[in-house]
Amino acid sequence: MKEITILSGKGGTGKTSITAALASIASQAVFCDNDVDAADLHLIMRPTIREEHTFLGGWTATINENICNDCGICADICRFDAIHLNGHERLEINPFSCDGCRLCERLCPVQAITSAQSTNNSWYVSDTRFGVLVHAKMGPGEENSGKLVSEVRKKAKELAIEGDARYLINDGPPGIGCAAISSLTGTDLVIMVIESTISGLHDVRRLYELIQIFSIPTYALLNKIDINPLSTSEIEEFLKEKSIPLLGKIPFDERMVEAMIEGKTIIEFNESLETSKVIMEAWNKIENL
Amino acid sequence: MITKQKGKIPLKLAIASGKGGTGKTTVAVNLFHFISKKFAQKIQLIDCDVEEPNDLLFIQNAEFLTEEIATQLIPVIDNSKCTYCRKCVSYCEFNAIVVIPPVQFAEVNSSLCHSCGACVVACEYGAITENPEEIGTIRNYRVGPDRMLTEGRLKIGSAMQTMLIKQVKQHAREDMDMVIFDAPPGTSCPVVETVVDADYVILVTEPTPFGLYDLKLTVEMLREIGKPFGVIINKAGMGDHKVQNFLSDQHIEILGEIPYSREYASKYATGNILKNTNSETEIQYEAIIRKLMDRNTEDERDNDLKR
Repeated sequence: MKEITILSGKGGTGKTSITAALASIASQAVFCDNDVDAADLHLIMRPTIREEHTFLGGWTATINENICNDCGICADICRFDAIHLNGHERLEINPFSCDGCRLCERLCPVQAITSAQSTNNSWYVSDTRFGVLVHAKMGPGEENSGKLVSEVRKKAKELAIEGDARYLINDGPPGIGCAAISSLTGTDLVIMVIESTISGLHDVRRLYELIQIFSIPTYALLNKIDINPLSTSEIEEFLKEKSIPLLGKIPFDERMVEAMIEGKTIIEFNESLETSKVIMEAWNKIENL
Repeated sequence: MITKQKGKIPLKLAIASGKGGTGKTTVAVNLFHFISKKFAQKIQLIDCDVEEPNDLLFIQNAEFLTEEIATQLIPVIDNSKCTYCRKCVSYCEFNAIVVIPPVQFAEVNSSLCHSCGACVVACEYGAITENPEEIGTIRNYRVGPDRMLTEGRLKIGSAMQTMLIKQVKQHAREDMDMVIFDAPPGTSCPVVETVVDADYVILVTEPTPFGLYDLKLTVEMLREIGKPFGVIINKAGMGDHKVQNFLSDQHIEILGEIPYSREYASKYATGNILKNTNSETEIQYEAIIRKLMDRNTEDERDNDLKR
């Protein structure tokens, strides 16, 4: 079983549309949406949920006003600047600033502080017309997206091995921070979807540097190449310089959006389009590695 | 023209989106450009998308001023003082400390550490001290005589983006008339950190199913933290009308619709959105800015009445 992760650095380069297209092509594969923050893959894969699980998120502390004597020790030791006097001159914890370290709870001399773990995140095992999909929904503003990514990947991997799948395909998050790192560690192969723009190149340079830390084999798939030929040739130069194999060059195709509106992959929408052909050829190259 | 009254803090706007690639950077850079042209003199743009900061790519006349290394405090365990009691391990909520008493092993995994200081408090033997480690850089640029650009750039391999955003925000200058924060994509903690101090949030969306789904998540998040916001529909004309329908059902203000243009996408691709701006773009942004200004003067008037 080979685990493949689709990443891009920049958001909106086409990761999810391309992952969905691969779902149409790859046989014996399990899919996993690693973009737990703004998960969109289910909009095309239209899953039927088989299992729902709660993911326990970070802790958030609260002060019981009836016990608190406003000594201020908690506010002094809080490194996240989360504890302040409220309009009634009482100490209060801002839940959006609280990092969940629970130090205030431990040091409160009158035990006025308790912490609770968020139950606002869920993850699912679902059936789709392409196979199993493991995906998640984070509560708004939640922390620990990296841990949730690890959780869905772990489950997807188990299912892939159990079901004797040939591939596990992860639709990754944008960026290079904690969520991207979590979707990268231990994967077998990365496909970088690069948008033909100055920011697409800037961001993929940073992503590639991150992938290098983990020494994972990396391939590139260019998207929206006819927006501007100049940026496309700059990206190709970068790939050459780093010896990153190019899997294909996808044109800028508004029918990607039309397919999305119909809840279809671009392959289902029309497999004789240039876009569909390039993606099929790219997958062929992966299969023959 | 908004000029800040003496002793008043600058107006703070944040640009966010949920989905990536909807045009946050484009909108942030254009607002920075057009607001300073007519509406406010002293304006600062702060790029809080520290994982992938892009604003600088589109601002050609930025002149580098200063660089600061952003750090986090990482605990270090002194093995000569450590008794391997594991109290620090029990205090650490982030599983960042490994202590194995039989082999006298005690170490901190800096990539998991949140620098909360709990282990230092926990240790009764004074075996834990803290050393600063780099998480990224914060650079300040001058753009023309009155404008500033501040950029946070996460060190590659660091997972501490939210901590860096917090430090980047401290570079907001009090002597500005307006400060614009450009947020990262998504709806989780780094976005909350970026928008939490803003007076008003501008959401940039696109009229596609992905755009709509992520917009709904972002709206939910902003309502939960109680921030006023309005929406700019970028790439209008592509996709469908469901974003517009959602916004009117929810009575959410549409600040403007920027039509999709392949020619504009091509200018963006090479970083030239502020070069030879055409009058159409200028008119679109001016209309958006006027809507924003009207809103803010209304809010201020309301606040004055309450006083």
